[in-house]
Amino acid sequence: MKLSVAGNPVQLKSGALQQLLAFASLVVLVVFFSLSSSNFFGFSNIVGILLSTAVIGVLALGSTFVIITGGIDLSVGTVMTLSAVMTGVFITFWGVPVPLGILGGILTGAFCGLLSGLSVAKLKIPPFIATLAMMMIAKGLALVISGTKPIYFNDTPVFREIALGSLLNSIIPGFKIPNAVLVFFLAAIIGTILLAKTIVGRYNFALGSNEEATRLSGVNVDKWKIIIYTITGLFTGLAGVLMASRLNSAQPALGMGYELEAIAAVVIGGTSLSGGKGTIIGTVIGALIMSVLTNGLRIMSVPQEWQTVVVGFVILLAVYADMLRRRKK
Amino acid sequence: MTNGEQLILMEGITKSFPGVKALNNCRFELLGGEVHALVGENGAGKSTMMKVLTGVYQKDEGRIVYLGSETEIPDTRTAQNLGISMIHQELNLAPDLTVAQNIFIGREPRRAFKLFLDENKLHEQVRELFRRMNLHLDPRQPVSELTVAKQQMVEIAKALSFNARVLIMDEPTAALSDSEIEDLFVIIGELKRNGVGIVYISHRMDELKRITDRITVMRDGSYIDTVRTDEVTTDQIISMMVGRAVYHESVPDTKAASEEIVLEVKGLNRGSVLKDIGFSLRRGEILGVAGLVGAGRTEMARAVFGADPIDSGEMAVHGRKVAIRSPYDAVRHGIGYLSEDRKRFGCMVDMDVKTNVAVASYGSYSGPLGFMRDGAIGLASEKVVETLKVKTPGVDQVVKFLSGGNQQKVVIGKWLTRDCDILIFDEPTRGIDVGAKSEIYKLLDELAEQGKSIIMISSELPEIVRMSHRIVVMCEGRITGELSRSEATQERIMELATKRVLKEAL
Repeated sequence: MKLSVAGNPVQLKSGALQQLLAFASLVVLVVFFSLSSSNFFGFSNIVGILLSTAVIGVLALGSTFVIITGGIDLSVGTVMTLSAVMTGVFITFWGVPVPLGILGGILTGAFCGLLSGLSVAKLKIPPFIATLAMMMIAKGLALVISGTKPIYFNDTPVFREIALGSLLNSIIPGFKIPNAVLVFFLAAIIGTILLAKTIVGRYNFALGSNEEATRLSGVNVDKWKIIIYTITGLFTGLAGVLMASRLNSAQPALGMGYELEAIAAVVIGGTSLSGGKGTIIGTVIGALIMSVLTNGLRIMSVPQEWQTVVVGFVILLAVYADMLRRRKK
Repeated sequence: MTNGEQLILMEGITKSFPGVKALNNCRFELLGGEVHALVGENGAGKSTMMKVLTGVYQKDEGRIVYLGSETEIPDTRTAQNLGISMIHQELNLAPDLTVAQNIFIGREPRRAFKLFLDENKLHEQVRELFRRMNLHLDPRQPVSELTVAKQQMVEIAKALSFNARVLIMDEPTAALSDSEIEDLFVIIGELKRNGVGIVYISHRMDELKRITDRITVMRDGSYIDTVRTDEVTTDQIISMMVGRAVYHESVPDTKAASEEIVLEVKGLNRGSVLKDIGFSLRRGEILGVAGLVGAGRTEMARAVFGADPIDSGEMAVHGRKVAIRSPYDAVRHGIGYLSEDRKRFGCMVDMDVKTNVAVASYGSYSGPLGFMRDGAIGLASEKVVETLKVKTPGVDQVVKFLSGGNQQKVVIGKWLTRDCDILIFDEPTRGIDVGAKSEIYKLLDELAEQGKSIIMISSELPEIVRMSHRIVVMCEGRITGELSRSEATQERIMELATKRVLKEAL
């Protein structure tokens, strides 16, 4: 425990240790799977892992913000779907130019986040309930608006490129990393800056640490809460666009359950569900752990049902490790 | 249990936390039937010492002898089984359960193959317990209906139901009225007769003189001395505690506050809690607010600060009428509030000093696009640490590791950084030891001299008489009188504080 942060041995931030732990687990997993199967550590498989992380990853990035306030957003899965459907509506039904359609999709997510934020901050509805309601609303709306049928982007082939094209390949030929991965890492960088360097991030941690004390410090707590839920919504909308692009279609029935995987990634990454602690890089690692695990197990021919069981145990383990450390303090 | 036998001997106790040596070769002895005070400034190591005894912390070195044999106390359960119980300042009762249910929670007597709770036996056991304590309480009453004092009695009963031989009381009288304190002392007398050893942690010297047999003094994590209470004077104890002179200087009469009124409150009403509150506050003034517990002083402060909604009332800051509907409004008008409950309402205990200092001023520390100027925050918090003499290894220290007095200074620093010139202090010295108290007094005087205006709520009459330029007294949600500094005596304040206004008769 003599890891010195900013020259002060007393204050080893608990997040830093958890991140280190999470990162170490990721490395151990990668090494383990590489030794177990020669197919694992190949360029195309690694790219596959990254690609499958992108959507859940972006969703988890957004969730990190709300979870650090000590809240939760259960609606991110279906709001993501609604955003994908709206992107389809804008681009395919209304013929809106692709960039505007994408913006519309992202803003759909932000708008849902705004509504959740308003319910939590102004109506004082507990986040669990408010976002549970939003989850149902978004799920229903996605089905209603799409007429329960998938919306395909076949008329606008460029839309598919958002996720599956490779900008990097055109710069460095052969380095074929899909744009979705790029978007994920870019979103992570923006998230890190928001959380660590800007006033939103500061209030985010203050709210999670002691909301009442923050209010009594003269902070407009309601306003910042609404902003933070909206930020979560923005990331959720982005995840929706990525998902639609990757599938080349908006699938209105998909999305339920994604919120739990996002929350799992956040928690594995060391963000405390009781608020006040957490990092974006942790969430990125958490999301990667989940995909490496599923991918590795699949390569080792572990049936999918069992993969889920393993992920469940990993969540238990991650949270238990966190608790253990906290108790020792 | 016999009186006078040695219950506990702690010797050579040393305990370190990363970066701090909390206890250094400390000693403590407790006899059966003895009330033994443990005193020292906050941060002296009293609570760490007691946490070692109750198994919360593990000692690094030293030994604990319990009833003549060396004992390890690896966890709190072991302590409980040995008969060592602690009554915390914050009570740990489930409000919706009854008195009896709370006392035997987790150990309820059962019948019929342990399938059903045996209510009759439960209440019989509790009644027997109360008989032994000479306590008159209904075991079937929900705890939420009891006063804080009665709840404390329930906690004590609970401890005794574990056959406690050692009872540690942390500031037991902090939330009690005078008559309730008398009741507590009767119970303590009863316990003494039964041979229970009591560790009594308190900052109130008059109480120590009255009920303790011996006093152990600690300072800066070290053992200073153990003395017989009847052989020392209060001043001797205090000088052992602080190891330096105590600030006694009072506000000189000549330095009266200016005539300029910075805050004026008129006709403030809130339900049945606040009725027609009106007062004014001048620049550079310390306005004391006196009253008994429940008189509505904290409610008044919170209403002025916008923390609770009001039904009606007018406020003017610097002569301009303002509408204060939230703490956000209040702070914008330069009003800062320091709650008596620092952990809940004052600071973010898991955050570092600089975050706590800056949180009210983030707006002015953020540049374009909301980027924070961390350098400036660092400088501002270092300035606070320096000018307020906060004892901390640095601005990166997490606030929960600071003592109560230093936490209080951090909160003061928060408002100074925000440039608030009207400060409402709610019980600024509660839970703070004598040495730190005098530092806070000095600080308040200095702030007033610099032109800050201070409203100081306090339950300690000597404190209020000594510190205030002017005093308003509250009783049952009303202001029952105002005293100038020359008129103010403790007797006069008490008279106003108990002056009940007949509601409809007026």
